[in-house]
Amino acid sequence: MHAPPAAAPAAAAPLLDVRGLRKWYELGSGFLGRRVQTVRAVEDVSFSLAAGEVLGLVGESGSGKSTLGRTVMRLTEPTGGEILFEGRDIARLGRRGLRPLRPRLQMIFQDPFASLNPRMTVGQIVAAPLVVQRRAASREACRETVAAALMTVGLSPDHADRYPHEFSGGQRQRIGIARAFVMEPRLLVADEPVSALDVSVQAQIVNLLMDIRRRLGLAILFISHDLAVVGHVCDRVAVMYLGRIVEIADTETLFRAPRHPYTEALFAAVPVADPRVRRRRVLLKGDLPSPLAPPSGCAFRSRCGYALPACAEAVPPLRPVGGGHLTACIRDDLALAGAPAAARRRPAETAGPGAGPADERRSLGLPVAAPQ
Amino acid sequence: MEIDDRPALARPALSGRNGGHVLDVRGLAVTFAGDRGLVAAVHEVSFAVAPGETLALVGESGSGKSVTSLAILRLTPPPPRARLAGSVMFRGRDGRVRDLLALDDEAMRQVRGNEISMIFQEPMTSLNPVHRVGDQIAEAVMYHRRVDRRAALKRAEELVERVGIPEPRRRLASYPHHLSGGMRQRIMIAMALACDPAVLIADEPTTALDVTVQAQILELLRELQRDSGMAIVFITHNLGVVAEIADRVMVMYAGRIVERGAAVPVLTRPLMPYTRGLLRSVPGMDWRRFGREPLEAIPGSVPDPTRLPPGCSFHPRCGFAEPGLCDAALPLLEAATVGAAEGPPDHFVRCHRWRSVAAAGA
Repeated sequence: MHAPPAAAPAAAAPLLDVRGLRKWYELGSGFLGRRVQTVRAVEDVSFSLAAGEVLGLVGESGSGKSTLGRTVMRLTEPTGGEILFEGRDIARLGRRGLRPLRPRLQMIFQDPFASLNPRMTVGQIVAAPLVVQRRAASREACRETVAAALMTVGLSPDHADRYPHEFSGGQRQRIGIARAFVMEPRLLVADEPVSALDVSVQAQIVNLLMDIRRRLGLAILFISHDLAVVGHVCDRVAVMYLGRIVEIADTETLFRAPRHPYTEALFAAVPVADPRVRRRRVLLKGDLPSPLAPPSGCAFRSRCGYALPACAEAVPPLRPVGGGHLTACIRDDLALAGAPAAARRRPAETAGPGAGPADERRSLGLPVAAPQ
Repeated sequence: MEIDDRPALARPALSGRNGGHVLDVRGLAVTFAGDRGLVAAVHEVSFAVAPGETLALVGESGSGKSVTSLAILRLTPPPPRARLAGSVMFRGRDGRVRDLLALDDEAMRQVRGNEISMIFQEPMTSLNPVHRVGDQIAEAVMYHRRVDRRAALKRAEELVERVGIPEPRRRLASYPHHLSGGMRQRIMIAMALACDPAVLIADEPTTALDVTVQAQILELLRELQRDSGMAIVFITHNLGVVAEIADRVMVMYAGRIVERGAAVPVLTRPLMPYTRGLLRSVPGMDWRRFGREPLEAIPGSVPDPTRLPPGCSFHPRCGFAEPGLCDAALPLLEAATVGAAEGPPDHFVRCHRWRSVAAAGA
């Protein structure tokens, strides 16, 4: 299905419009009749991102969310589909064709220890994009731009002469962010930007990203496995499973009333830091199936508690269910539970049995009835 | 010696829930000798765990939580690179109480992996990639139980089935790289349970796993504990996981215990500003509060253990810090009682200002 999602908030042309994107990897050589196996890491993915919008991409490891981010950034060649950035398809552009676009497309990475060259000073790291793009008029101008970028991310201009190993994880992530923002990008792909950081530092970096986003009005593709962080920073969220987007909606709608059983299962699995909350446990059986041999039809059916025989027949298309909400589940008769919203309230304060919405009933450990 | 052929892991608890402690750590200190001189990684850590109980050790990088767990099993480098002080009293299967820090190496090997087991964050690095998982589990059984290979493999099959892996016999022949991350962690757990340990030390066992698999592993550990009565020391930085699994919580910061008590009071009415800050900086799942305001962050970062601030190590990052007090004297770990309390004190906090923290609420 190649229809662009109806969820684009503005009628104007989106900043990024991804249509039917595919990224396949082939395993094995095919030499002497050995079978070549294909991993469909990203399969028929379509979504759009408006200028200034933050789209979350969630899913388990192996869901293809990082591959999707890297393909959109054109760090890897797509197998098929279109990537319209500012109205122009960049899916087929070569190195030279991409270079003038690079300043407007930046990325920050998960591991602040691996993504900074230990032999370069912080100043050289942050200035590297300016040098590569020949943007700095003079050494002096370059130094000033770097100093301003360091201040923006909460570091001091004096840090420019020091080396990455002299900094903590959180400070290194700030350096990576300064490097991404020195070019004033329009689209930022942030791949697990806070996952490697200490809990007490994660919130600082999330707040910093949001502050810079507001000031520069840039769009972010925010890739994370942490649903709570995604909920706090994203305008919309897409859920991926085995290479495909299975649900996409604005953040509140997705968390309040998910329409795909996989999204429900993800919410149910997130531990909540309140021991008074007793939720009914919906344990997903098994692991992610091998991407080499995904189940026929809906790839989630092998772990889904609501699967019907029809689920095995055809890959369910991502279909609109109203208000820009799309789901790839064929069932409309499910009352799925949202995120545990009552997490920080005492059980005594929540609604009594039979009264509350599904999430509150769940917080009390009561069964949630699904109308048949 | 015969292999224990009662239903796998159905050994009754060593004693009742309040029947004394199985592990009692007193004044544990770990000092490393490095290029820049001696570094005290863990200072004066004391805690105890009862059979059937789960104690969560919570802290960030550099808090000393992993070093504490390694020191209990004497897995820190030998002197002079690391020195241990204090005592680790352990009540063995035979009922005798011994100080693990005073055992000779051979006696320690008999305890390690047998009466006390450990599982780690990344199962791939703890499993040998060139041996079948069945042989790796059987090896532990043969070493500690002195049974032949056939009996050990039979035991391995029981264990693999017990940890919820389908087709256990077939799985025994797999190599680690054939298995998913969740499956590997189940194999590690099976290996740790091979000899019915009285204590399981789990160091961030679910951190590398997806949330759905994490939920399965937590459920499995709870179930195994219910059946076997083993004590679990669960090391994690994830407060959500703590709330799911812990009976009691111990929070560490810069090598010291800063708060200790039952899980519910510590997580709902924390008295140490650090614990309070950690809890407040974890974003919740309540969509009604999404994006309304910035997340509450703890300013600054975890201090370098070679350059700890004077007084309370947390004071430079603390909103409650009082000049002349918190930067001058190291607070003691004291019993905190808020309102009417019954029985002996169970909530301990290392903070000069905990009364103000209590008054400010969570």
